[in-house]
Amino acid sequence: MSAAWAAVVLVGLGTAALKGAGPLFFGGRTPGERLNRLLEALAPALLAALVATSTAADGGRLALDARSAGVAAAALLLAFRAPAIAAIAAAAAVAALVRAAA
Amino acid sequence: MSDADPSDAVLAGARAAAPIALVVAVFGASFGVLAPAAGFSPAAALVMSATTFAGSAQFAAVSVLAEGGSLAAAVAAALLLNARYGPIGLSAAPALRGGPARRFFAAQLLVDESWAIAAGPSGRIAPRRLLGAGGALYLGWVAGTAAGLAAGTAVASPAALGLDAAFPALFLGLLAPLLRSPAGRRAAAAGAVIGLALTPVAPPGVPIIAAALGAFAGAARS
Repeated sequence: MSAAWAAVVLVGLGTAALKGAGPLFFGGRTPGERLNRLLEALAPALLAALVATSTAADGGRLALDARSAGVAAAALLLAFRAPAIAAIAAAAAVAALVRAAA
Repeated sequence: MSDADPSDAVLAGARAAAPIALVVAVFGASFGVLAPAAGFSPAAALVMSATTFAGSAQFAAVSVLAEGGSLAAAVAAALLLNARYGPIGLSAAPALRGGPARRFFAAQLLVDESWAIAAGPSGRIAPRRLLGAGGALYLGWVAGTAAGLAAGTAVASPAALGLDAAFPALFLGLLAPLLRSPAGRRAAAAGAVIGLALTPVAPPGVPIIAAALGAFAGAARS
Protein backbone atom coordinates (compact mmCIF):
# COMPACT_ATOMS: atom_id res chain seq x y z
CA MET A 1 0.00 0.00 0.00
CA SER A 2 1.36 3.42 -0.95
CA ALA A 3 1.92 6.10 1.67
CA ALA A 4 -0.97 8.02 0.13
CA TRP A 5 -3.46 5.19 0.59
CA ALA A 6 -2.14 4.48 4.07
CA ALA A 7 -2.74 8.15 4.93
CA VAL A 8 -6.26 7.98 3.48
CA VAL A 9 -7.12 4.95 5.64
CA LEU A 10 -5.44 6.12 8.88
CA VAL A 11 -6.62 9.74 8.73
CA GLY A 12 -10.09 8.54 7.73
CA LEU A 13 -10.37 6.06 10.61
CA GLY A 14 -8.90 8.51 13.12
CA THR A 15 -11.23 11.32 12.06
CA ALA A 16 -14.29 9.05 12.11
CA ALA A 17 -13.34 7.95 15.63
CA LEU A 18 -12.86 11.55 16.81
CA LYS A 19 -16.18 12.69 15.36
CA GLY A 20 -18.11 9.60 16.42
CA ALA A 21 -16.78 8.88 19.91
CA GLY A 22 -18.99 11.38 21.77
CA PRO A 23 -22.25 10.44 20.02
CA LEU A 24 -21.39 6.71 20.19
CA PHE A 25 -20.75 6.61 23.93
CA PHE A 26 -22.93 9.48 25.18
CA GLY A 27 -25.51 9.81 22.40
CA GLY A 28 -29.19 10.44 23.04
CA ARG A 29 -28.77 11.07 26.75
CA THR A 30 -30.10 14.23 28.26
CA PRO A 31 -27.06 15.88 29.81
CA GLY A 32 -27.14 16.92 33.45
CA GLU A 33 -27.10 20.59 34.42
CA ARG A 34 -23.34 20.53 34.97
CA LEU A 35 -22.48 18.94 31.63
CA ASN A 36 -24.95 21.28 29.94
CA ARG A 37 -23.01 24.28 31.21
CA LEU A 38 -19.78 22.84 29.80
CA LEU A 39 -21.36 22.22 26.40
CA GLU A 40 -22.88 25.70 26.28
CA ALA A 41 -19.44 27.22 26.82
CA LEU A 42 -17.98 25.22 23.93
CA ALA A 43 -19.68 27.01 21.01
CA PRO A 44 -18.56 30.59 21.83
CA ALA A 45 -15.06 29.46 22.84
CA LEU A 46 -14.46 27.33 19.79
CA LEU A 47 -15.98 29.81 17.34
CA ALA A 48 -13.97 32.68 18.85
CA ALA A 49 -10.76 30.61 18.69
CA LEU A 50 -11.46 29.70 15.03
CA VAL A 51 -12.17 33.34 14.15
CA ALA A 52 -9.11 34.64 16.01
CA THR A 53 -6.64 32.11 14.66
CA SER A 54 -7.91 32.27 11.09
CA THR A 55 -7.96 36.09 11.15
CA ALA A 56 -4.76 37.06 12.91
CA ALA A 57 -2.47 34.11 12.24
CA ASP A 58 -0.72 32.84 9.16
CA GLY A 59 0.67 29.37 9.70
CA GLY A 60 2.50 29.42 13.02
CA ARG A 61 2.88 33.16 13.45
CA LEU A 62 0.57 36.02 14.28
CA ALA A 63 0.05 38.32 11.31
CA LEU A 64 -2.48 40.73 9.90
CA ASP A 65 -3.01 40.38 6.15
CA ALA A 66 -5.62 40.57 3.41
CA ARG A 67 -7.72 37.95 5.15
CA SER A 68 -7.75 40.02 8.36
CA ALA A 69 -9.02 43.01 6.36
CA GLY A 70 -11.80 40.86 4.92
CA VAL A 71 -12.88 39.63 8.35
CA ALA A 72 -12.80 43.20 9.69
CA ALA A 73 -15.19 44.21 6.89
CA ALA A 74 -17.48 41.33 7.87
CA ALA A 75 -17.36 42.37 11.53
CA LEU A 76 -18.34 45.93 10.58
CA LEU A 77 -21.31 44.72 8.54
CA LEU A 78 -22.43 42.32 11.29
CA ALA A 79 -22.23 45.15 13.83
CA PHE A 80 -24.76 46.99 11.67
CA ARG A 81 -26.95 43.88 11.61
CA ALA A 82 -26.29 43.01 7.98
CA PRO A 83 -27.28 39.46 7.01
CA ALA A 84 -24.60 36.78 7.37
CA ILE A 85 -24.41 36.16 3.63
CA ALA A 86 -23.61 39.84 2.98
CA ALA A 87 -20.87 39.73 5.61
CA ILE A 88 -19.36 36.58 4.05
CA ALA A 89 -19.45 38.07 0.55
CA ALA A 90 -17.89 41.33 1.80
CA ALA A 91 -15.12 39.41 3.59
CA ALA A 92 -14.20 37.56 0.40
CA ALA A 93 -14.42 40.68 -1.78
CA VAL A 94 -12.28 42.82 0.55
CA ALA A 95 -9.68 40.07 1.01
CA ALA A 96 -9.46 39.57 -2.75
CA LEU A 97 -9.14 43.32 -3.41
CA VAL A 98 -6.48 43.86 -0.74
CA ARG A 99 -4.56 40.85 -2.05
CA ALA A 100 -4.78 42.09 -5.64
CA ALA A 101 -3.60 45.55 -4.58
CA ALA A 102 -0.67 44.22 -2.54
CA MET B 1 -35.28 25.04 15.37
CA SER B 2 -37.95 22.56 16.38
CA ASP B 3 -38.23 19.06 15.06
CA ALA B 4 -41.98 19.42 14.54
CA ASP B 5 -41.57 19.51 10.77
CA PRO B 6 -38.45 17.46 10.12
CA SER B 7 -38.17 17.91 6.35
CA ASP B 8 -38.43 21.67 6.78
CA ALA B 9 -35.58 21.66 9.28
CA VAL B 10 -33.40 19.61 6.90
CA LEU B 11 -34.12 22.11 4.11
CA ALA B 12 -33.48 25.08 6.38
CA GLY B 13 -30.11 23.63 7.34
CA ALA B 14 -29.20 23.00 3.71
CA ARG B 15 -30.30 26.50 2.75
CA ALA B 16 -28.28 28.09 5.54
CA ALA B 17 -25.20 26.13 4.45
CA ALA B 18 -25.63 26.57 0.66
CA PRO B 19 -23.46 29.69 0.17
CA ILE B 20 -20.67 28.26 2.28
CA ALA B 21 -21.02 24.91 0.46
CA LEU B 22 -20.07 26.74 -2.75
CA VAL B 23 -16.97 28.13 -1.03
CA VAL B 24 -16.20 24.64 0.27
CA ALA B 25 -16.50 23.29 -3.30
CA VAL B 26 -13.80 25.70 -4.50
CA PHE B 27 -11.51 24.48 -1.70
CA GLY B 28 -12.44 20.90 -2.61
CA ALA B 29 -11.36 21.64 -6.18
CA SER B 30 -8.02 22.95 -4.98
CA PHE B 31 -7.60 19.77 -2.91
CA GLY B 32 -8.37 17.78 -6.06
CA VAL B 33 -5.63 19.67 -7.90
CA LEU B 34 -3.07 19.47 -5.09
CA ALA B 35 -3.44 15.81 -4.06
CA PRO B 36 -2.20 14.16 -7.30
CA ALA B 37 0.86 16.41 -7.18
CA ALA B 38 1.60 14.87 -3.78
CA GLY B 39 1.44 11.30 -5.10
CA PHE B 40 -2.25 10.63 -4.43
CA SER B 41 -4.08 8.72 -7.16
CA PRO B 42 -7.40 10.34 -8.13
CA ALA B 43 -9.20 7.45 -6.40
CA ALA B 44 -7.23 7.98 -3.18
CA ALA B 45 -7.97 11.73 -3.21
CA LEU B 46 -11.67 11.18 -3.83
CA VAL B 47 -11.97 8.44 -1.18
CA MET B 48 -10.20 10.73 1.29
CA SER B 49 -12.67 13.57 0.67
CA ALA B 50 -15.62 11.17 0.89
CA THR B 51 -14.48 9.47 4.11
CA THR B 52 -12.40 12.01 6.04
CA PHE B 53 -14.51 15.07 5.09
CA ALA B 54 -12.31 17.55 6.95
CA GLY B 55 -10.59 20.09 4.73
CA SER B 56 -7.74 21.42 6.82
CA ALA B 57 -6.68 17.93 7.93
CA GLN B 58 -6.67 16.62 4.35
CA PHE B 59 -4.57 19.56 3.14
CA ALA B 60 -2.19 18.99 6.06
CA ALA B 61 -1.74 15.26 5.35
CA VAL B 62 -1.19 15.87 1.64
CA SER B 63 1.30 18.69 2.11
CA VAL B 64 3.36 16.82 4.72
CA LEU B 65 3.69 13.87 2.30
CA ALA B 66 4.38 16.22 -0.63
CA GLU B 67 7.25 17.79 1.30
CA GLY B 68 8.76 14.35 1.87
CA GLY B 69 7.51 13.94 5.43
CA SER B 70 6.85 10.49 6.90
CA LEU B 71 3.45 8.78 6.95
CA ALA B 72 3.42 9.09 10.75
CA ALA B 73 4.05 12.84 10.57
CA ALA B 74 1.28 13.29 7.99
CA VAL B 75 -1.26 11.30 10.01
CA ALA B 76 -0.28 13.03 13.26
CA ALA B 77 -0.61 16.51 11.73
CA ALA B 78 -4.03 15.67 10.30
CA LEU B 79 -5.40 14.09 13.47
CA LEU B 80 -4.10 16.93 15.64
CA LEU B 81 -6.05 19.35 13.45
CA ASN B 82 -9.11 17.14 13.87
CA ALA B 83 -8.75 16.76 17.64
CA ARG B 84 -11.37 19.49 18.06
CA TYR B 85 -13.95 17.03 16.73
CA GLY B 86 -13.70 15.21 20.06
CA PRO B 87 -15.38 18.03 22.02
CA ILE B 88 -17.54 18.99 19.03
CA GLY B 89 -18.84 15.40 18.85
CA LEU B 90 -19.43 15.45 22.59
CA SER B 91 -21.49 18.63 22.27
CA ALA B 92 -23.63 16.99 19.57
CA ALA B 93 -24.05 13.72 21.50
CA PRO B 94 -27.20 14.61 23.48
CA ALA B 95 -29.04 15.62 20.28
CA LEU B 96 -28.16 12.52 18.25
CA ARG B 97 -30.62 9.73 18.94
CA GLY B 98 -31.23 6.24 17.56
CA GLY B 99 -28.96 3.19 17.66
CA PRO B 100 -25.18 3.32 18.05
CA ALA B 101 -24.46 2.93 14.31
CA ARG B 102 -26.93 5.65 13.41
CA ARG B 103 -25.43 8.04 15.99
CA PHE B 104 -21.90 7.25 14.80
CA PHE B 105 -22.70 7.90 11.14
CA ALA B 106 -24.74 11.05 11.84
CA ALA B 107 -21.67 12.38 13.66
CA GLN B 108 -19.61 12.04 10.47
CA LEU B 109 -21.53 15.01 9.05
CA LEU B 110 -19.97 17.20 11.73
CA VAL B 111 -17.55 19.75 10.36
CA ASP B 112 -16.94 23.19 11.87
CA GLU B 113 -19.46 24.85 9.57
CA SER B 114 -22.28 22.29 9.86
CA TRP B 115 -21.85 22.14 13.63
CA ALA B 116 -21.94 25.93 13.95
CA ILE B 117 -25.00 26.21 11.68
CA ALA B 118 -26.85 23.39 13.48
CA ALA B 119 -26.09 24.66 16.99
CA GLY B 120 -28.65 27.11 18.24
CA PRO B 121 -27.83 29.99 20.58
CA SER B 122 -27.98 27.50 23.45
CA GLY B 123 -25.19 25.51 21.81
CA ARG B 124 -27.51 22.54 21.41
CA ILE B 125 -27.49 20.78 18.05
CA ALA B 126 -30.68 20.45 15.99
CA PRO B 127 -30.13 17.02 14.36
CA ARG B 128 -32.28 17.64 11.26
CA ARG B 129 -30.54 20.94 10.65
CA LEU B 130 -27.19 19.16 10.99
CA LEU B 131 -28.33 16.64 8.39
CA GLY B 132 -29.26 19.41 5.92
CA ALA B 133 -26.20 21.59 6.53
CA GLY B 134 -23.76 18.66 6.73
CA GLY B 135 -25.25 17.06 3.62
CA ALA B 136 -24.92 20.27 1.58
CA LEU B 137 -21.31 20.81 2.70
CA TYR B 138 -20.47 17.14 2.04
CA LEU B 139 -21.81 17.39 -1.52
CA GLY B 140 -19.83 20.60 -2.08
CA TRP B 141 -16.61 19.08 -0.75
CA VAL B 142 -16.79 15.77 -2.64
CA ALA B 143 -18.10 17.29 -5.90
CA GLY B 144 -15.46 20.04 -5.67
CA THR B 145 -12.71 17.44 -5.18
CA ALA B 146 -13.96 15.50 -8.21
CA ALA B 147 -14.06 18.69 -10.30
CA GLY B 148 -10.50 19.58 -9.29
CA LEU B 149 -9.29 16.07 -10.15
CA ALA B 150 -11.04 16.22 -13.52
CA ALA B 151 -9.77 19.70 -14.37
CA GLY B 152 -6.25 18.85 -13.21
CA THR B 153 -5.46 22.52 -12.97
CA ALA B 154 -6.77 25.20 -10.71
CA VAL B 155 -9.76 26.91 -12.33
CA ALA B 156 -9.62 29.57 -9.67
CA SER B 157 -7.39 30.02 -6.67
CA PRO B 158 -9.44 30.24 -3.44
CA ALA B 159 -6.99 32.80 -2.03
CA ALA B 160 -7.16 35.06 -5.10
CA LEU B 161 -10.96 35.09 -4.73
CA GLY B 162 -10.57 35.96 -1.04
CA LEU B 163 -12.47 32.80 -0.10
CA ASP B 164 -10.17 32.05 2.83
CA ALA B 165 -11.83 35.02 4.55
CA ALA B 166 -15.28 33.48 4.10
CA PHE B 167 -14.89 30.90 6.89
CA PRO B 168 -13.93 33.30 9.72
CA ALA B 169 -16.71 35.64 8.49
CA LEU B 170 -19.24 32.80 8.73
CA PHE B 171 -18.02 31.83 12.21
CA LEU B 172 -18.16 35.48 13.29
CA GLY B 173 -21.78 35.72 12.15
CA LEU B 174 -22.67 32.59 14.14
CA LEU B 175 -20.68 33.80 17.15
CA ALA B 176 -22.37 37.23 17.35
CA PRO B 177 -25.66 36.11 18.98
CA LEU B 178 -23.73 34.01 21.52
CA LEU B 179 -22.04 37.18 22.81
CA ARG B 180 -25.28 38.52 24.30
CA SER B 181 -24.86 36.52 27.51
CA PRO B 182 -22.03 37.24 29.98
CA ALA B 183 -21.10 33.54 30.04
CA GLY B 184 -20.91 33.54 26.24
CA ARG B 185 -18.67 36.62 26.24
CA ARG B 186 -16.36 35.09 28.86
CA ALA B 187 -16.06 31.82 26.95
CA ALA B 188 -15.44 33.63 23.65
CA ALA B 189 -12.77 35.89 25.13
CA ALA B 190 -11.03 32.92 26.72
CA GLY B 191 -11.19 30.94 23.47
CA ALA B 192 -9.76 33.79 21.38
CA VAL B 193 -6.96 34.53 23.86
CA ILE B 194 -5.95 30.87 24.27
CA GLY B 195 -6.07 30.31 20.51
CA LEU B 196 -3.90 33.33 19.71
CA ALA B 197 -1.47 32.83 22.61
CA LEU B 198 -0.70 29.24 21.62
CA THR B 199 -0.51 29.79 17.85
CA PRO B 200 3.18 30.81 17.74
CA VAL B 201 4.33 28.04 20.08
CA ALA B 202 2.11 24.99 19.51
CA PRO B 203 1.63 22.76 16.44
CA PRO B 204 -1.42 23.56 14.24
CA GLY B 205 -4.64 22.27 15.77
CA VAL B 206 -3.41 22.42 19.36
CA PRO B 207 -4.50 26.07 19.98
CA ILE B 208 -8.07 25.20 18.97
CA ILE B 209 -8.37 22.09 21.12
CA ALA B 210 -6.76 24.00 24.02
CA ALA B 211 -9.40 26.73 23.62
CA ALA B 212 -12.14 24.08 23.84
CA LEU B 213 -10.61 22.49 26.93
CA GLY B 214 -10.09 25.96 28.47
CA ALA B 215 -13.80 26.69 28.01
CA PHE B 216 -14.69 23.39 29.70
CA ALA B 217 -12.37 24.18 32.60
CA GLY B 218 -13.77 27.71 32.97
CA ALA B 219 -17.40 26.57 32.89
CA ALA B 220 -16.73 23.76 35.37
CA ARG B 221 -15.35 26.21 37.91
CA SER B 222 -18.05 28.88 37.53
